[in-house]
Amino acid sequence: MITPKYVREIPQRYRLEAAKCKNCSYISFPPRLVCPKCKSRSFDTIRLSDEGKILTFTIIRVSSDIFSHQTPYGVAVIETSEGAKLMAMIADTKIEDIAIGKKVKLIFRKIRDEGVSGIHCYGYKAVVI
Amino acid sequence: MKDVAVIGIGMTKFGELWNKSIKDIFVEAALKAIDNAGVGHIDSMYVGAMSGGLFVGQEHIGAVMADYLGMNPVPATRVESACASGGTAFRQAYFEVASGSSEIVLAGGVEKMNDGVDVTAALATAADQEYEVYNGITFPGLYAMIANAYMHQYNATREQLAAVAVKNHHNGFNNPNAQFRSEITIEQVLNSTLVADPLRLLDCSPVTDGGAAVILCPLELAKQFTDSPVKVISTAQASDTISLYERESLTSLKAVSDAAVKAYKQANLKPEDIDLAEVHDCFTIAEIVASEELGFFDKGCGASAVEEGKTSIEEGTIPINTSGGLKSKGHPVGATGIAQVIEIYEQLTGQAGKRQVKDARIGLTQNMGGSGASCVINILEAL
Ligand SMILES: [Zn+2]
Repeated sequence: MITPKYVREIPQRYRLEAAKCKNCSYISFPPRLVCPKCKSRSFDTIRLSDEGKILTFTIIRVSSDIFSHQTPYGVAVIETSEGAKLMAMIADTKIEDIAIGKKVKLIFRKIRDEGVSGIHCYGYKAVVI
Repeated sequence: MKDVAVIGIGMTKFGELWNKSIKDIFVEAALKAIDNAGVGHIDSMYVGAMSGGLFVGQEHIGAVMADYLGMNPVPATRVESACASGGTAFRQAYFEVASGSSEIVLAGGVEKMNDGVDVTAALATAADQEYEVYNGITFPGLYAMIANAYMHQYNATREQLAAVAVKNHHNGFNNPNAQFRSEITIEQVLNSTLVADPLRLLDCSPVTDGGAAVILCPLELAKQFTDSPVKVISTAQASDTISLYERESLTSLKAVSDAAVKAYKQANLKPEDIDLAEVHDCFTIAEIVASEELGFFDKGCGASAVEEGKTSIEEGTIPINTSGGLKSKGHPVGATGIAQVIEIYEQLTGQAGKRQVKDARIGLTQNMGGSGASCVINILEAL
């Protein structure tokens, strides 16, 4: 784990900060320098709400080594109430309750331990409500 | 631009090549291609390799391979576009010949995946590290998400996905270079271990060591080397969002359709003019969606088409993955795009044995990277 790499993502991972295009209103998560829809370079920083729904999902049975103690776990593509999209692990939910169209709440959680010293890395997960 | 031909091919057997290094594997494939073409030298070479650094701790793959091939001081360039590295290397070699700057150019690809590393983590570097992989997704997981969205939107069945693997294993049974030369049944696919729901082990291409290479030259020189050159009539490439979650449609692979539109226009062809295709079936759902994006079937009809035999060698209107595809032949990532070209070359020159598609004149290769963030399509024609 390279600490600067982690620290610079904190606004997104801890506070769900996104960039809303001043020209076309497209919301980019994470923020970008160029709007992928209209090429504008002007954005407002916004915070995404913690409400969304599942657009698609999978249940990971075979993971990379870093997540192997957590399998099986769900991962979903979430659309937030503002229309932004992101990918999140599912927490506190029975596997059979994960489905397309289900409403979720985004919560702050530990995501993984990285490196030889096992540094805790945090971020958002989604709970089916 | 000059017309360009493929004049020679060579590949290793694909599989778990425990006693061969990445150098051994590439050099074996490249020497076969050089000997097959009957060329005394090459002017330049391109090597597709996704991640020598992660798989075997070796970068600078172009220089390494030129050295061990005994070709110093020819220029050697490594090309990387994740799983589309091989097809993209072929495209770069094509341009070097078409531009007139070189005559005999080798396009190859290699990957050595069975050397004891965390392959799931290495492959996942083709996705966004900070916003996809950070949150626990894997490559099978990304395509599983496409599969769930596709089955939800089009009412496709698990059996239809399995039919892709059954067909490709049937084809690979007759390919001496394939990793898995065994027929499988729908039941075996449906009873195999879950990897990422709804995808099971037999929906997934395997972890493979392997190398492949072809020789290109100007069409006007091709007859000096072979009686049966194959002309490259189109090469096109496109890109899409690196993250699956940012796509407008989770059941489309837009880079494939964008590249296909360009490829068909360049060759002045329609999808129905293609006699056979090698399609990037890293997972069963990938072949289904890509076959729709290539225009072979309407959106939502690719899954039933496989079940109805429309993509089989025996009765298909468009035989897909006659080589066995990535599923049965194996998927040494950087070599895959070149191995696709080799299958089309063998088919168009009537050398495909029991896999031979009758009267094959025009063949297409579709090679994609990541969850579809890059795609390269090459179309070849028998002369
Ligand atoms: Zn915009």
